[in-house]
Amino acid sequence: MKRVYVNEKWCLGCHLCEYYCAFANSGVDDMAKALKNVEINPKIRVEGDNKVSFAVQCRHCDNPLCVKGCISGALTKGDDGIVRVNQDKCVGCFTCVLSCPYGCITPSGTGVIQKCELCTQNGMEPACVQGCPNQAIVYEER
Amino acid sequence: MNYVIIGNSTAGIACVEGIRQLDKKNKITIITDEPHHTYGRPLISYLLYGKTTEDKMKYRPDSFYKDNNVEVLFGKKAMSIDKMNKRVNLDDGSNIKYDKLLVATGSRPFIPPMEGLDNVKSKFTFMTLDDARALEKAINKDSKVLVVGAGLIGLKCVEGIADRVKSIEVVDLADRILPSILDTEGAAMVQKKLEEKGVTFTLNDCVASFTENTATYKNSGRTVDFDVLVLAVGVRPNTELVSEAGGEVNRGIVIGDDSATTLKDIYAAGDCTECHDIVADINRILALLPNAYRQGETAGINMAGGNAVFDEAIPMNAIGFFGYHIITAGIYEGECYEDIKEETYKKLYVKNNRLVGYILIGDTANAGIYTSIIREKKNLDDIDFDLVKEKPVLMAFSRKDRTEKLGGAH
Repeated sequence: MKRVYVNEKWCLGCHLCEYYCAFANSGVDDMAKALKNVEINPKIRVEGDNKVSFAVQCRHCDNPLCVKGCISGALTKGDDGIVRVNQDKCVGCFTCVLSCPYGCITPSGTGVIQKCELCTQNGMEPACVQGCPNQAIVYEER
Repeated sequence: MNYVIIGNSTAGIACVEGIRQLDKKNKITIITDEPHHTYGRPLISYLLYGKTTEDKMKYRPDSFYKDNNVEVLFGKKAMSIDKMNKRVNLDDGSNIKYDKLLVATGSRPFIPPMEGLDNVKSKFTFMTLDDARALEKAINKDSKVLVVGAGLIGLKCVEGIADRVKSIEVVDLADRILPSILDTEGAAMVQKKLEEKGVTFTLNDCVASFTENTATYKNSGRTVDFDVLVLAVGVRPNTELVSEAGGEVNRGIVIGDDSATTLKDIYAAGDCTECHDIVADINRILALLPNAYRQGETAGINMAGGNAVFDEAIPMNAIGFFGYHIITAGIYEGECYEDIKEETYKKLYVKNNRLVGYILIGDTANAGIYTSIIREKKNLDDIDFDLVKEKPVLMAFSRKDRTEKLGGAH
């Protein structure tokens, strides 16, 4: 399956991917309305310091510990390989937060969890990749 | 080939999913003494809390059994295993033939002998959907509830009903709440949060005797009134089917990394079993839903002729009360690094230059990175532990490690 991969040599640590992610998932058409004076809660995070930086989001694992440990059946891995959350079923127990080796499942702010679904729920190619100014993240098959 | 699974919860469902990875065709039969479609068992507290419904708490979609060619015998209890003839005998006198069998019988409430308990008419345990339904019927806004047991089950029950009753008193013989996952200081912090919701606690004490609506404590001699009693002292694994068939059982059913019992063609998974805790390096019961899934899936793959092992079980727990979250893993031994603030609490335990355990309260972000460092038995010389002590980040790993983690599929 296609996943988002980071090349940390090219990552500038600019955090634009986080803003594109938040915008894509905001449900709002206007970028300023979606992001200005809003504390964003993106599904991708940039880690790093002055020397090294990189973006990380759900790896859509072949052995998804979050899905296997989910107590409600809210997390599933589809035939397309994408790990998705049904926020209507999620009860916010955070067993997936406990389980994810990448720290890529985060609170939604509404008492449940959120995670990257590769923008399939937004009907587009991953917004983070499209917005990266330096092609430091790519969407490809490996 | 007949696959038979006793138990319709996590381990049993995981076994179906394990079998179907390799065998799309042969019939699977599930035997369950409950009348319900598979449901997330820990969700019963969220049901009472109002955060889910009986429909949403279904562990798998309505079409799951049909999609996977599973016949479910609802409301039937497996009474014994006839290993010579490879049959499971049911309580209605019938029997089911198996070629490969999974025992996923879970556990049941343990109720110690307590004087006068028979006098109490309104008493409940809190393990099943039927328990939750019965408790829900018994409570109202005027109810005074006594919960015996301040463990995971008792306190999730407390959260579930706190806004629906007049008062809740919790009594436990332990010196702190949640003794299986928290240390004294951490427990005190969580207790304070529950007390802010009006819950009262009596620790280091137990009930000496009951009348219909009162309990008298043993150590303090104090008598408390109640309308509804919840018994959440502990659980016992359901091991009898395997022990009576001659399989090895310690506290739980003994299984290998392949989920096989000591009996031919019989596997076991979930809360009825013991497994190898790779942090403490001992065999013990780790009655945790993620473990149940992994054991059940492993059993299923092996029952279908595959070759799976689950050899990374560790103690780990995620629990929360009223939006206040607690995540813990591993064992609390060795050198302790701590960072305690008013609302957040972190302890990391290091032994033999490895992270072996942690407690996070209030701020649980990215906890799984800590869990993975424990599970992978990372030598702390190979990561930037000063950085990881502050917060769990992938930055703490070497570039080589990180490239491996983020560069491919896992």
